[in-house]
Amino acid sequence: MRPPIVAIVPSPAVLVRDLVVRYGSREAVAGLSFEAPTGRVTALVGPNGAGKSTTVEVCVGLRPAASGTVELLGIPAGTADAAGLHSRVGVMLQDGGLYPSARPLELVTYIASLYPHPDDPGRLLDALGVDPGTRTPIRRLSGGEQQRVKCAVALVGRPELVFLDEPTSGLDSGARRTFHDLVRGLVAEGASVVLTTHLMDDVERLADQVVVIADGRAIRSGTVADLVGEEESVSFRGPLHADLTALRAVLPDHGDVVEQPPGHYRVTGAADPMVLSAIAAWCAQNGVRTADLRVGRRSLEDVIVALVGDL
Amino acid sequence: MTTPAPASVRQRAIAHAGWETRLLLRNGEQLLLTIVIPVGILLGLTMTDVLVQQSGPDRIPRAIATVLAVSVISSAFTSLAIATGFERRSGALRFLGTTPLTRTELLVGKFCATAAVTALSSAVVCVVAVLIGWRPSASALWAVPVLILGTAAFAAWGMALAGLLRAEAVLAVANGLFLFLIMFGGVIIPAASLPGPMSVVADLLPSGALVTGLTDSLVDGQMPSGLAVIVLIVWLASGALVSSRTFRWS
Repeated sequence: MRPPIVAIVPSPAVLVRDLVVRYGSREAVAGLSFEAPTGRVTALVGPNGAGKSTTVEVCVGLRPAASGTVELLGIPAGTADAAGLHSRVGVMLQDGGLYPSARPLELVTYIASLYPHPDDPGRLLDALGVDPGTRTPIRRLSGGEQQRVKCAVALVGRPELVFLDEPTSGLDSGARRTFHDLVRGLVAEGASVVLTTHLMDDVERLADQVVVIADGRAIRSGTVADLVGEEESVSFRGPLHADLTALRAVLPDHGDVVEQPPGHYRVTGAADPMVLSAIAAWCAQNGVRTADLRVGRRSLEDVIVALVGDL
Repeated sequence: MTTPAPASVRQRAIAHAGWETRLLLRNGEQLLLTIVIPVGILLGLTMTDVLVQQSGPDRIPRAIATVLAVSVISSAFTSLAIATGFERRSGALRFLGTTPLTRTELLVGKFCATAAVTALSSAVVCVVAVLIGWRPSASALWAVPVLILGTAAFAAWGMALAGLLRAEAVLAVANGLFLFLIMFGGVIIPAASLPGPMSVVADLLPSGALVTGLTDSLVDGQMPSGLAVIVLIVWLASGALVSSRTFRWS
């Protein structure tokens, strides 16, 4: 008799279960649960104060949790040998993290010396668009250049798992494209990436999975396609807080119109000519000028804003 | 460019010590504190009559003991506390907390870097002292363990202070304590010359014990007194305990 075939399911790169973090009496993270699959990019998105950065800080050992479980690469965080787990995880922090008086290459070289199998610091800086030969101290670099150095120190240890907290803030479009290529390269080599960002363009271009966080909890998760959906809708911009009663009255069955955020209107239901006709008629009758009248799938930003309010 | 791949505990501690030493020696203010001011004080004390107690043949070794104590306190306590406080404020420590570098390796690295800078400062002071006429005896080598013990005790309390207070408060308190210890801790004014109970207190402070131990070695040519060594060990142990409890990456 043949032995039964057992499917080996790889453990997720990050497993967070019922995580609670408190600042005094306030719960910054209130029972958050999510998984970041191995070899994929997982984006944590949500408004300021949602608990994204706090969650990353707990994952990388900078902040204790009040309760809950965190596992990185299959190892419970906080119980394993710190140096052992930290040598497999790279972190790009949202705030600070650099020695202001150091030069980029010497800092990245020093950080590389802490890891068992580091990348070449000069090559990495060069790939990120920072001149490895520069003698300018980090404090005199532009914000975008400092951001690239932060990215280099996060990646120089060739981590299996990388946390990138707001990695592209302050980067120009060229540097962001370079960063996107770098993340794709990491994933192609088998690394797992957890990305927190407010820039939905980064998420749409990079993320295999999105976890939407609000008030310290995960309220939705899925692929970008899952979240955006296939349904088309009509959106337009108009005056703030317009009276929508008349418009609702002329929309076809099951149609509705919502204003979110203020001045931005979205009509749910089928995006057929009847809806466009109803909107045009409502505008004409009420003297409303519209702008950016669009028919199509909602953007990820539209979806997230609808879920959590302003990003 | 190729990068070596050290990953052991010892190698990470050495790598961090090298990194800290490099940053310390590049800092202009630190060089002023480490080299220029101690040499200036040495010349001032030996070539003027600022302190009556430093007249006669003991003038230079007494001045060396004072200068080395000032150097240890400024490097191992004031500078270390301030630098660590500002590393925390800049987020540099926070980032290091996410790397394989452990808390113990960081503390060992910082101590080694401070000890290296203190050794450099002490060497420069001794060379200048020889140039102006000091002729040390073999018993002066007793000053070496006293300097190591004093550096460790002050470094432990420097790290403790950096863990207890935010950066701006560390700056103010570390400088205030530096001035207090120099003036009333048995350094500039010998403990024996301080009035009443202040004299006893100064003997029990790490600054007073450090000067006593250095004076025993450099001036009297004998082993450091037991009381001075015990006082320094107690300050070292208590500082290590407090700093290990209060240290935080962020």
